[in-house]
Amino acid sequence: MSKSSALVAVSAALVLAGCGSGDRPATASGTVTGDVTVFAAASLTETFTRLGDDFEAAHPGTRVRFNFGGSSALAQQLGQGAPADVFASAAPANMKQVTDTKTITDAPRTFARNRLAIAVPKGNPGRIGGLADFGDAGRKIALCAEQVPCGAASRKVFELAGVTPRPDTLEQDVKAVLTKVSLGEVDGALVYRTDVKAAGGKVESVEFSESAQAVNDYPIAPLAKARNAVAAKAFVDFVLSGEGRAVLGAAGFDVP
Amino acid sequence: MTRTRVRGRLPVGLVVPAVIGLAFLLVPLAGLLVKTPWTSLSTLLSAEVGEALRLSLVCASLATVLCLFLGVPLAWLLARSGLPGRGFLRALVTVPLVLPPVVGGVALLLVLGRRGLIGEHLDAWFGISLPFTTAGVVVAEAFVAMPFLVISVEGALRAADPRYEEAAATLGASRWLTFRRVTLPSVLPGVVAGAVLCWARALGEFGATITFAGNFPGETTTMPLAVYLALETDPDAAIVLSIVLLLVSVGVLAGLRDRWISGPS
Repeated sequence: MSKSSALVAVSAALVLAGCGSGDRPATASGTVTGDVTVFAAASLTETFTRLGDDFEAAHPGTRVRFNFGGSSALAQQLGQGAPADVFASAAPANMKQVTDTKTITDAPRTFARNRLAIAVPKGNPGRIGGLADFGDAGRKIALCAEQVPCGAASRKVFELAGVTPRPDTLEQDVKAVLTKVSLGEVDGALVYRTDVKAAGGKVESVEFSESAQAVNDYPIAPLAKARNAVAAKAFVDFVLSGEGRAVLGAAGFDVP
Repeated sequence: MTRTRVRGRLPVGLVVPAVIGLAFLLVPLAGLLVKTPWTSLSTLLSAEVGEALRLSLVCASLATVLCLFLGVPLAWLLARSGLPGRGFLRALVTVPLVLPPVVGGVALLLVLGRRGLIGEHLDAWFGISLPFTTAGVVVAEAFVAMPFLVISVEGALRAADPRYEEAAATLGASRWLTFRRVTLPSVLPGVVAGAVLCWARALGEFGATITFAGNFPGETTTMPLAVYLALETDPDAAIVLSIVLLLVSVGVLAGLRDRWISGPS
């Protein structure tokens, strides 16, 4: 009991010391060190984890910690004062929620764009040929609910294509849609292109022409209340750098 | 009904944790009530809310009926049959309690889905497909809620005196007759309590429902699903929906309690 509490005290002191020594020279000389906490959209999980590792390697002494989640949930957490240094959102609307509460000083910058793709189970058993097939009541179709970014983007695509979709389910997030496709429960669905890539060989993709017109912008910005402002800015710059763009591009994002 | 009054001072060792426990359960509820935008209540209540509420009540009730139909005999089997390995079976029955509901939903898809072990044949032979249907909602809710009923009824059965059943048997009653006329009436309070728990759990079910049955207004969108999606864009609407669900469920449970569970208290 006393041994473990002593251990906690020592490690807490070490952490505090680490933060102190990390923060002070950083603000004084501009070197990047210490912890940086990044709130990022769930669709960035794979790419940002990779970028975090690369960032730590490029700046020894730094540690990137992530909180991945739905953009709207993250925006709400930030609005309630959750401690974070950087916010990367899957939709400008959620970034705006945060900028409106004055928790961001720098203007958010778009670092990636995602476009929708038709996902079908392996072998395309429902023979989905394009968006028009989403209006067929005989086929099982899954879409994102309109309340989440991928659902809003889907609606835009169907408006552009002049198709009235007949979905069987409106899922709570894009990963849930993807699950329905990979299990073969639906014949077709609209997900992000990056999700099709991340699913490996479990789902196939069908091209459609309207996809380029309904793209989702991903904005990123350091937060005004960042405890490690220097590292926060450095991480944002890293995501926007050539190295960051290469990782995002390889995952299927369009990089501006 | 006559009540016997417990005499003497209430023991502090019981009262203090009881009050803390009560506060622990009720303060979050109070937080919800404080944050409720009462003035805009009527504007946030749309036809879709009514539909989701109706669907929630219907599905939870059907799921409870299904659980009673299957769960009471299962509880009897576990408590009375003398089946070998009952302890292990009892542990297995509680699996849906510890399984994260979303995992339960995936498991249901793997078995009853269009390409599932059983679902494949249901689809091919009878053209029945449970996912994305109201029946699917009932199945998902029953899967998650049935252990509450089984455990409650089984506990009541084990606490009941088996000598009445033995007496019935010596008087020539068959096991089926004994179950209907002796066993079931003696454990009725346990069955009712289990059914209430089961209904309440089914009413609040989210994870297994959205995973197995999906989400489509009027078809599979129950109140918890509507609350979750409302939270994405309009937290105020989500709070209102939660309050509606809470008020209706508390109303139903309180009404049932007065009507059915009027044991000595």
